[in-house]
Order: sequence, then structure tokens, then C-alpha cells
Amino acid sequence: MSLRRFFRRTSHDTELKREIESYLDHEIDDNLARGMSQQEARRQAHLKFGSPVRVREELWQANTVEFLDHLRRNLRYSSRALLRAPGFALVCVLVMALGIGATTALFTVVHSVLLKPLPFKDPPRLIRLYEHSADEKFPYNESAAGVYAEWKKQSTGFSDLAILARGFEYGLSGTGGEFPEKVRASECSWDLFPTLGVAPALGRSFTASDDQPSADATVLLSWGLWKRRFGGDPSILNQPIHLDEKSYTIIGVMPAWFAYPGPGVQVWTPIQHEESSKRWQELDNHMFAVVGRLKPGIRETAAQAELTLITRGLHDQHLDNPFISKAANSRPLLEDIVGDYKTPLYVLLAATGCLLLIGCLNVASLLVARGTARRKELAIRAALGGSRWRLLGEHLTESFLLSAAGGMAGLILANAAIQWFVATRQDMNRVEAIHIDAPVVAFAVGLTFLCALFAGFMSSLSIKGNQILSSLQESSRSHSAGHSQVQVRKWLLALEVGLTVVLLIGAGLLLKSYERLRSSNLGCITDNVLTMHLNLPNAKYSQPVQRLSFFETLLARMRALPGVQFAGITTTAPGEDYGGDNGFLIQEHPPLPQGTMQFAIHRWVDPSYFEALGIPFLRGQSFDQNQRLDKANQVIISSSFARQYFGDEDPIGKHLLTLGERPYQIVGVVGDTRHEIAKPAQPMMYFPFYSGTESGGTLAVRASRDVTSLALPIQQIVQELDSELPVSDILTMDQIIGKSTLDASFNASLVLAFAVLSLLLAAVGLFGVLSYIVSQRTTEIGVRIAIGAQRSQVLALMLADGLRPASIGLLLGLAGGVAASKMIGSLLYAVEPLDVSVFTAVAIIIFLVASLACLLPAWRASRLDPIQALRIE
Amino acid sequence: MARNKSQTSQEMLQGTLDMLILRTLVLGPAHGHTITHVIERTSDDVLQVEQGSLYPALHRLEDRGWLTSYWGSSENNRKAKFYKLTPAGRKQLAAETNRWQERVAAIARVLCVRPE
Repeated sequence: MSLRRFFRRTSHDTELKREIESYLDHEIDDNLARGMSQQEARRQAHLKFGSPVRVREELWQANTVEFLDHLRRNLRYSSRALLRAPGFALVCVLVMALGIGATTALFTVVHSVLLKPLPFKDPPRLIRLYEHSADEKFPYNESAAGVYAEWKKQSTGFSDLAILARGFEYGLSGTGGEFPEKVRASECSWDLFPTLGVAPALGRSFTASDDQPSADATVLLSWGLWKRRFGGDPSILNQPIHLDEKSYTIIGVMPAWFAYPGPGVQVWTPIQHEESSKRWQELDNHMFAVVGRLKPGIRETAAQAELTLITRGLHDQHLDNPFISKAANSRPLLEDIVGDYKTPLYVLLAATGCLLLIGCLNVASLLVARGTARRKELAIRAALGGSRWRLLGEHLTESFLLSAAGGMAGLILANAAIQWFVATRQDMNRVEAIHIDAPVVAFAVGLTFLCALFAGFMSSLSIKGNQILSSLQESSRSHSAGHSQVQVRKWLLALEVGLTVVLLIGAGLLLKSYERLRSSNLGCITDNVLTMHLNLPNAKYSQPVQRLSFFETLLARMRALPGVQFAGITTTAPGEDYGGDNGFLIQEHPPLPQGTMQFAIHRWVDPSYFEALGIPFLRGQSFDQNQRLDKANQVIISSSFARQYFGDEDPIGKHLLTLGERPYQIVGVVGDTRHEIAKPAQPMMYFPFYSGTESGGTLAVRASRDVTSLALPIQQIVQELDSELPVSDILTMDQIIGKSTLDASFNASLVLAFAVLSLLLAAVGLFGVLSYIVSQRTTEIGVRIAIGAQRSQVLALMLADGLRPASIGLLLGLAGGVAASKMIGSLLYAVEPLDVSVFTAVAIIIFLVASLACLLPAWRASRLDPIQALRIE
Repeated sequence: MARNKSQTSQEMLQGTLDMLILRTLVLGPAHGHTITHVIERTSDDVLQVEQGSLYPALHRLEDRGWLTSYWGSSENNRKAKFYKLTPAGRKQLAAETNRWQERVAAIARVLCVRPE
């Protein structure tokens, strides 16, 4: 009610005016009727009524909501005041925008990736299932298809249980003159999409009849592939495409937002149609991911326990096979997809929070500075009866206006930042889900509000209502002015410096960790080495001899290219991936006790591979030339393999038995290479590629210089040999390392950027505070110089005054840095959280920057002309 | 005859004025001037309506929904703002009149008691 009246005060007042006029007219009429003269009638009427203005004033006051009235007045006054100081307002708005924008952007990422539920039906019921390996080394291991089949048959806790394979590619043949390309793919059981609760946007999903070895080949496309490669043409349904030179019928297109199992998956095929029936029954080949939907009322732990029981049963039925797991494990699907990103994203969010806090402190300090200019005005108003709350209210209004403007600019900034983030981190799971939505906007608004309160409150600490007399007396020479304001600003500065130190420490640790990671030795030569992936489709190259002939010809032609020093091929290159392992027995050693297992990472390489990548031979030599097809019976082991399984024995001449195959003789021991740059080297065994059993892998070529120029000639050779064969992932070894360290470099760069920004803000803040101190103490300095202080003494005095809050800030920051470094401990590689060199470096940087920032105002103070100084009123 | 403020006129309590205005309007809509006159005349000039309190009272009553207003033509053919009683206003009038009468009766009882 009263709000309505408040907003229509003016119209009410106008109406009242008319009413009063009408009243007076009536009274005058009455008076005239009583026989008074015109003048007398008027006079008597007015006398009787009293003051119309007073009546109007009273009604106006009654219609006013005090609070809103003040607010409106404050807003008008504050905005005018801010517009009169555009430089100050602009700086504050920019600083706020930076802080709010960065924090909002990162919150968007955290919210979209980590917090928002998955876009599937009833997401909390979706569980990712794992096998727990018998030797405890892999608690979250992929599942074997045979085990999945048993789970599906026997378990009662799941309404749906689906299986999928991921991480491989098909060669998509060109039709009508397009180039062949490699598409990332996922094989899945027909019930994966019903389990997730997702339906295709076009066409239909797989049915049980599609998911049979004897069924016609069907495929589902991703939206992106459909738009890009097939022009978004709906008539593509039921048309064939060629994957690995086999014909598949397109039965549907998935929606644009669907990206399971990961970003970049472009086709889905039915798993039982793709995998051999042998593979489908294996209990020990852990290649697949299993996803299930819990029945309502069943808890995850109960379902997991049931699966463990079933798995244990299988294990006990085949005690001779140590690779069959003993237990099952589970995690909510969301955690499976984004769990690895939790710590880094939260660390980045904390860093933006620090930046925001520093920004607020900066703005608060600036507000204090502004407030001091109006000290006399405020003192007079306080003396005239203005309540402290009134003055506080005005103060807060200013900071609110600045924050609001900063918040709006910050949202725009956040939007740009998010675009950049999405473009840079296409590798991140759920990156497609990142966009600004209602909770983010609410967060930004709330943040703006908090910042305004914080900045306003902090800066108002310096307003003391009882300092009226001293403020008015400030022209006196015996009184150094603005003491409380200086104190507040010094404390604000100390806090700023402290937060900056924390950010710098974080940045330093992350940088050092990234540098250590990047310079880790993979175990091979990485300069001027080019790699590319190539796979021969089974349909065309079903015989080992065909594969052998292709790769031999290819490698020979590659070596003949000008500029090529060495060329070789491997199933998986160092630093790329785990690439699979296999169990083995050493023929010459005593048999293992039942249930224990030995396994090592396996690779297939051609004889010149080691030379191509510069992997040294520690013993023995490479494969000889007759290691082809079924004559291949040699194996080369890595140095850690030899150490772990042979100790001081000479492994050369001994034989390895891999499961279900004939013995291989060890002919050489090579240096270790890492399968992942961040992990220590694992034992590896290398088999001859020319046995023809493998259909492809990573080609590696080393040149004396400018190896990337060889990419095109090599692709041309491949095209000449087979025009429909696509080559993919053409990367130098350095780029491979870059890809695997992308996360670390990204985090380090961002935190460093924040740290540098806050250092800048703190330095500018320090400069501002000390200039302010100098201006306040001008009289005092004049007196000092006049009575004999040396210039250098004044300089030292001012420097000390400026460096004191900086030092306090440094100490606070170092303490905070200890806590912060513990928090990022899991992100660090080969770096201790309490790394002395980083902490020392940060302290030195702060000291240098603070001294530089203080130097100019202190120097100016020392150059003061005492006469001028003492003349200042 | 000139009108003087009666010596015995008292300032009217805010609540009383509200009640009197409502009562005046029972007989039909009227504008501010008429209401003042009716109250003063009916009370034989004992009760004087301060203009400073009339308009706030009218607006208060209107806000509470006991009166509605409209602009119309007065007896003198002048534009005036008329106030009209609403059904809620009638109910309020009845309630307040009751309360007033109870209060008056109570005071009268106290005044009639002979001191012991």
C-alpha cells in the first residue's frame, strides 16, 4: 500500500492541491453568501483554513517511505558525485569488472562441469561400474565382456546395465570426392541409450536385433558429424557409409548436446556386432566400460556388493587365471566423467576469489581516499545532526553503484572468458555443457552485492562520527590529519599484499611443477620427431602378409624421402597412452604360485623403431630381418622389466611365454620409456611388428631439421599406396607432450596471470597509499626538514612507512601460502608444497616491487621544499 | 456573524475524527468542505475541524479502503472531490461507534460513583 502511495506522491500532491483550492472556493462562496466582500471572503477563508502548504507537506511526508526516499536521494547524489570524478569511477569499475568477471567465468565452468547434473534421465541413479583387480593395483579397472555378461545375467540391483568400448577410431571413407577421415568412435550395447534415457534427435536407436554378430551393420552419427560432413541433410537416414571400408547403415543422429562417453565421439556402433565372440566371452580382458541404472530404492553400495559377489564367484571358478578380478567397484557416473577435474577447477576458482578480494580491497582503499577529501563536509553534516547511519548509507550507495557497473561489465567479460576457455579446453569432459545460465547470473548478482557491501563497509571503517572537531580543525599545524583513514588504508594494503603473495606462491609452485613435467625425460629423442596414426581396415587387409607388405613398403618409401634420417612404427608411442598389457611367464624361471600374476605393457615395433626414436640398447640388439609373419619369435624387453623380473641375471636368451601363445626369445634390453609423462616408467615388452598381427599404430619419423615439412610427403605416400586410407593425429613428439601437459600448463598460466594482475593492483595500491600518506604528512615533513632532518632520512622514513604494511602483508601471505600450497598438493609434480626456493623467490619479488612502488612518493617527500610545505593550509 | 474559534473547542483525537467523518458520510457522499461544515454545525461549533487534520484523515481512510473518492460537481457547480462510504467503511463505523459508546458509558460510570 504505502509503496504505491510513495511512487505516486506527486500525483497525490497535485490532486490535493486541487482539492484544497476547491475547498477554499467553497468557503469563499459561503463567505460571500454571508455578505462579506470579495477580499474579506478570501481572507477569512484563508484564515480559517490555515496554511495549505503545511497540509500538503504533511500529506507528502505521510506518503513517504523514509527508506526509499533516502535511497533515491542517495542514488542521485552518489551517481552525480561519481560522474564528477570519472577517472576514479572508471578505475574502480574496471577493477571490479575484472574480479567479478573472472570469478563468474570460473564459477560458470565449475557449475556447468562439476555441479550440474548430467543431461540424462534421473542422473543420480546412473552408476559407472569397474572391476577391482586382484592384485590391488587397479581398483577402478575397466571390465571384461564376459564378466559384464555374468553381471547382467545375475544381478538384481540394476534396471539397466550397458557396456561400451571407447578410445578408438574408424576410417570414414570419402564418398563423392571427399577426403577420408578418422572419426572417434564408441562401440556400445544396444541398451546404452535406454539406460541413459536418451533418444536420437533423428531416426531411431539400436535395438537388440542390431546388436548381434549376424545383424546388418548399423551406425548412429553425432550431430556435429552430421552437420559438418553430411550437410545436416535429413535424407541421410538409411543411407550407407563406409567405416574401415565396411558398409554401415545410418539409422539415426544423436542430439547436439549429447557427448557420451566423451567430447569428440562422432559415431556409435553396436558392440556385439563389432567385437569377436571370443572377445565377448573373455573374463580377463579389461577393455570395456560398464554403466548401469540403479533400480528405485536400491543403494549403490548394495548393488556394488552384489556385483562383487558375482565377480568373486567367477574368480573362484577360474583360480588358474590371476587376471580375473575379485571384486567390483562403482562410482556415480558424474564423478566418473568429471572427477579428475575437481581439484584443478576448484583451485582456479579459489585463485579468482583471491583476485576478486584484492580488487575489492583496492576499491575500498580508493573509496577511503575519496572520503578523506570530503571529510570536512561530512564533519559539518554530522555536526548539523546527520546520523552516522545516514552517512554510512551514502557511502554504501557509492560502492553499490560502482559494484553494479562493475558487475555488468564483469558479466560481459565473463562471457568472453568462457568462450576462450571452451575453445582452449576442448579436451575437457562436459565442455559442451559450459554456458551462462540462470544460477550463474544469480551468482554474479550476489557477488556484486557482496563486493559492494565489503568495499563499502571496509572503507567506512574510517568514518568516525566523533571526530568532528578534529576534522574541522585540520588546518592546524600541530595536527597531522586523517589518521584513522591512513590506518584503514594501511591494513587494506597489508591484506592485498598478503593475498597477492598467496597467489604468487601458488603460481610459482604450479609453474615449477609444469616445468618439471615438461622437461621430464620420456626416454626417447623428442626433437624433430614427427608421428602420425595409421590403421589398416580389416575388411581390406585381413591377412598378416597384406599388412606386412603395406608397412614394409611404406617405411621403405618414407626412409627414401629427402631429409628423413630414420623411420619406424610402433603400436603406441611413448607419452601417448598405456596401450595395453599382457600377462607373461618366464620359461626358465620356476612356476608362479597359483593366483599370482605377472604382466607388462606390450608393444609391437619394427626393427628400426628403437633407432628412429633414439631408444638405446643396453644389451643385445634389435629384431633380425627374418622376424616376419609366423616366424616371429623374438621379444625385446625394457630395462625396468629386466631389473624387476631378472635382477642381476642376463635376460638375453631366456624365453617369455605370453598367455596362450608360443615362447618368445629375449634378444635385447632397451632403455625405459614412459607411457605417460607424469608417471614412472613401467616394464615393457616389444614384439615384432612384422608378424603382421597388428593392423596399425603410430608412425614415427626423425629428421635433421624441420620435420613438420615431411607431413605432406608422407601422407602422399600413404595415398599412393591406398587412396582410401586416412592418416590422423599428425603431431610432433613435442606436441604429444604438450597435449598431455595441457592441463598443467593451463592451470599454471591462469594462476600466473592472476598473480601478475594482483601484483600490479597491489603495487598501484601501495603507490597510492604512500602518496596519500606523504600528502597528509606534508606539514610534518616540512617541519622535520626545517629543523634539520637530512633528505636521506626523510626518504628512509617514508620508505619505512610504506614498506611496513607491505611487510606485514608478506608475512600474512607466507602463512596463507603454506595453507594454500597444501591445497594444491595433488596438482604438483615432483615439487614439494613447501618448496623453499619458490617461497624465497616470492618474498624477494614482493620486496622489490614494494620498494619500487614506494620509491617515487618517498623520493618526492624527501625533495619537499620546507617553506612550501609549511605554507599549506 | 464572524466565526471565532470557540474557547472550549478541543483538539480532536485522531481516531474520533475518523469516526465522525465516517458517520457524516452515512447520509451520502460529500466533499471535504461539506464534511467540515456538517461536523461543526451538528456539534454546534463545539468541535472544530482543523484543516491540517482533515485531509490526512480523509486520505488515511481512503487508503484503508473505508472510503472511495471521485471528482464531481458540487452544489455550487464547482469541481470537488467527493468521498463515499464503502461497505467495509460502514462496518468499521459500526464497530467504532460501539467502542465509543462503551468507553463513554465506562467513563460515565466512573464519574457517577460517589467517593466514599
